[in-house]
Amino acid sequence: MVSVEKILEKHDFDIEGGNFNKAGTVSTRIKSILKHRQLPDEIVRRSAIVCYEAEINIVSYAKKGVISLTVIPDKIIIEANDEGPGIPNIELAMQQGYSTANQQIREMGFGAGMGLYNIKTYSDVFDITSEVNKGTFLKMAINLI
Amino acid sequence: MKLREVKEILDANVIVGEEKLDMEVKTAFGADLMSDVLAFAKAGSLLLTGLTNTQVIRIANVLDIAAIILVRGKKPPMEALELAKDLHIPILTTKYILFETAGRLYTRGIVGCLEKVEK
Repeated sequence: MVSVEKILEKHDFDIEGGNFNKAGTVSTRIKSILKHRQLPDEIVRRSAIVCYEAEINIVSYAKKGVISLTVIPDKIIIEANDEGPGIPNIELAMQQGYSTANQQIREMGFGAGMGLYNIKTYSDVFDITSEVNKGTFLKMAINLI
Repeated sequence: MKLREVKEILDANVIVGEEKLDMEVKTAFGADLMSDVLAFAKAGSLLLTGLTNTQVIRIANVLDIAAIILVRGKKPPMEALELAKDLHIPILTTKYILFETAGRLYTRGIVGCLEKVEK
C-alpha cells in the first residue's frame, strides 16, 4: 500500500463498455493531468499509451470498468479493472498477433493482437490477473526515478 | 522540413492546423492498422493513414504525433475534425495513395520513424 501523504495525484475514471464514441477520452484526460505535473514528455507518452490500450480493451470487450491513475513521487500507477468475460488463457492473450476482436473493432483499425504486448513493453511493471465471466485486472507502473 | 513543405510536396489541403505549418518534421509512420501505429509510431512523426475515425485523433494525441496526413483523398467526419482542433493536431489531406505519399516524402528527405521491426 502507498501511504496517503505520498499520493500526489489520484483519480478514478469510469469506462463504458461498447461505447466507442467515448473511447480514448480517459486517456486524453490522464495525459493532460500528467502533462500539467510537468513530468518528462516520454514518461507522459508511455503512460498515455498504456492507459489508451487498457481503455480500448475495456470498451471493446467488457461491460464496464474503472481506470485509476495514481502518482506518487517515484512512479505512476495505472490500474484497469473491468467487469467482463475475462481472459481464459493469459499467456496466449499476451502473444503478439493473438486477438479475439470482432469485425466492428477491426474496422476501426484495432484487433491486431498488439494491445497487451504493447502495455507490457511500455510499462516498467505489469501485472495481469483475470477470472473468466468476472473480469480482468491490470496494474501497470512507470518509474519516475 | 517544415510542415508547409510537406503540404506542397503532397499538394495537400490543410483541414486543421493552418497555424502550425512552420513546425519541423523529420520522420513518418504509415499504416491503416491503429494497433501497429500504437506499437511503432514515434513522437514527433507524421502519421500517414487512410483511417479517419476519432480514434485516429486520440491515438495521435497519445503518441505525440506531429501531424496526421490523410491519404487517398479521405476527409475526416465532423467529430474527428472538432477533436483534432481541440487537441491542436494538424490534419492534412492528400489525393495521393499511401505508397505515393510515402515515396514522395522519402525522396525529399523524410525517413521512417523506424526502419524495420525487431522481430
